[in-house]
Amino acid sequence: MVLNGSQILANVLIENEVDTIFGYPGGAVLNIYDALYEYSDKITHIMTAHEQGAAHAADGYARATGKTGVCLATSGPGATNLVTGIATAYMDSVPMVAITGNVPNSLIGRDSFQEVYIAGITMPITKHNFVVRKIEDLAPTLRTAFKIAISGRPGPVLVDIPKDITAAVTEYTAAPKQKAERQLSYSGSSLEEIAEAVNKARRPVIVFGGGVKGSNADKILRRIIEKANIPATHTLMAAGVLRWDMPENLGMIGMHGSAAANKAVNDADVVVTVGSRFSDRVALAPGKFARKATMIHIDIDQSEIDKNVKTDLHVVGDAETVLGELEPLLDETKHSEWFAQIDSMRRDIPYSTGGEMMHPREIMEIISEIGGEDALCVTDVGQHQMWAAQYLHHTKAENFLTSGGLGTMGYGYGAAIGAQIGTGRKPVFHITGDGSFHMNMNEACTAVTYNTPVISICLNNTVLGMVRQWQTSFYGKRYSSTDPGRKTNYVKVAEGFGLKGYSCKTADEFRAALKEAVALNAPVWIECMIGKDEKVLPMIPGGGTVDDIIYE
Amino acid sequence: MNKKKYLSILVDNHEGVLTRIASLFRQRGFNIDSLTVSATNDSTLSRVTIGMSGDEEEIKQIINQTRKLYEYEGMFEIDPNDSLVRELLLVKVAANEHIRSGLLELATIFKAKIIDVSEGSMVFELTGKPIKLDSYIENLKPYTILEMCRTGATALQRGKVKMTK
Repeated sequence: MVLNGSQILANVLIENEVDTIFGYPGGAVLNIYDALYEYSDKITHIMTAHEQGAAHAADGYARATGKTGVCLATSGPGATNLVTGIATAYMDSVPMVAITGNVPNSLIGRDSFQEVYIAGITMPITKHNFVVRKIEDLAPTLRTAFKIAISGRPGPVLVDIPKDITAAVTEYTAAPKQKAERQLSYSGSSLEEIAEAVNKARRPVIVFGGGVKGSNADKILRRIIEKANIPATHTLMAAGVLRWDMPENLGMIGMHGSAAANKAVNDADVVVTVGSRFSDRVALAPGKFARKATMIHIDIDQSEIDKNVKTDLHVVGDAETVLGELEPLLDETKHSEWFAQIDSMRRDIPYSTGGEMMHPREIMEIISEIGGEDALCVTDVGQHQMWAAQYLHHTKAENFLTSGGLGTMGYGYGAAIGAQIGTGRKPVFHITGDGSFHMNMNEACTAVTYNTPVISICLNNTVLGMVRQWQTSFYGKRYSSTDPGRKTNYVKVAEGFGLKGYSCKTADEFRAALKEAVALNAPVWIECMIGKDEKVLPMIPGGGTVDDIIYE
Repeated sequence: MNKKKYLSILVDNHEGVLTRIASLFRQRGFNIDSLTVSATNDSTLSRVTIGMSGDEEEIKQIINQTRKLYEYEGMFEIDPNDSLVRELLLVKVAANEHIRSGLLELATIFKAKIIDVSEGSMVFELTGKPIKLDSYIENLKPYTILEMCRTGATALQRGKVKMTK
């Protein structure tokens, strides 16, 4: 049948089972919005307060559901406002298709109103991007975009559509849903050789990252850990892959990782790294990372092999496939001596409860207590994010969404709204800090419009805690621009947006407010006062090693 | 140790593909010494020849990152012992009748062609391995080079095509 470009876009979305998109209208996408009006029974459009919120919402939607997130913005500023959200998805390998309108082909290159070369701008932060120049190319291009987004190591793809293409007509024929090209083959070192190294190891450790989550390899990973009795540590991206209370789980590794995790890796004789890229927040001093160990690396992306840390054995392939083949080759064994050694490396960071103000750990524990095992938590970026990673009782990988690679303050609210809408889970906890919250709190209006039960829990220390912590530790307490003296009244602002707000000082107040908030089944803000000198501990400074761990 | 290397990359002949490669190199902090893009016998493909210096690890990274490009179709590392590498040089040298004979002698030795003689200057054309061009330019140092341009290297492997995807 003959359709215009906007109708074709709607149809390709439907082909790919996209029933929800996040966006913001504007001049260059008027035709597209007209088609969305026509197809509103099949595609729900969620209008955010700002295009950045739409991009983060598509990202949160994708991370929580495993489906491809779709966002839509107009040309120029609409498109540039997506950029932070696209970069966030790129760094964390989240499948996303971003669609931008552009000025008509005839006006491209003339510095027209709201014209920007978004394909150029997003080149380094997308897996690939397209400018659609001909109407005949539109449907195939969109299909390819979906395919690229989900294949191999997932990531965002942008499709820029000039306005004339959204009105031009051509023959449309429906096509089947795009499927990921699942990588069933793997290459590199032999699995026998890897198994031999692991079987011979006396002090083995597994380090795993977001790739395990991405390939749904959590079950097989757990089986290997139990069978071969290997302690394991996760990156920020993989919190929840193992239950928080699993005895083999050493917790998070890296800058704010547990002492046991970092020291175990440092003393290990074999380290198997799966779906993780040795970022500078994990291997803080890449040349000194796990120096005593035979390094084994399993990753889907060839370019990650030997990029940051040199490895002895490596396999390029999908984590689930490779671990699945490796499991039968591993001996069932016990590493009791090694676990006993690791026990002596553990170091609890003391904290007190029941004070005038809450300790961040208390807040996380109350969220886990009231939210239960299935609580879906989305964070912003900063101290609260690290506390959430350290202290929430993680039970499932898909229940913890956070901006790891890009570290995007302001990620949380949009992502939480997207995750809630995508999963329908009630409630979704948006854990934030007063710094991050101020960046995108405008998305409150989105939560109100769609009555999205997202509970924003804002840890308010009145300062930019993470930067301030560095200023305390490394800049002689010269608090440059981290203590803004804001007077924001969160309860009133919440009311102004049309939602309920609470402000809590003590754990009892917070517990009561959170219970009420859950019962409300609506968007809620809860401000939790914490001390401005609370620190994220332990900490290894950038470039440091286990010899440099700061405990207080 | 920093090594001089040439990579020959086949990419889809799409608009913007050169920008994409250049952007990738810039983003990752790789240094390009020379870059040529040319048509191939297949109209859907372009050949990009990149000359660069870096250590083994760096070059491995460049190759792995380039392979991830959607428009990437194949590549080979140019082995100088097994490849034909050529570059073109145009050089304009200040010349009066007193020094012309010296320039001509040099051109004969290097098999450079004279492609222009104007008042006060001559233009020479030389094709060959980049190292030969370097040497010719070195030998022109006693003279005054007014202008010059080099195309950057382009290359083919000898014998059978051994392109890896």
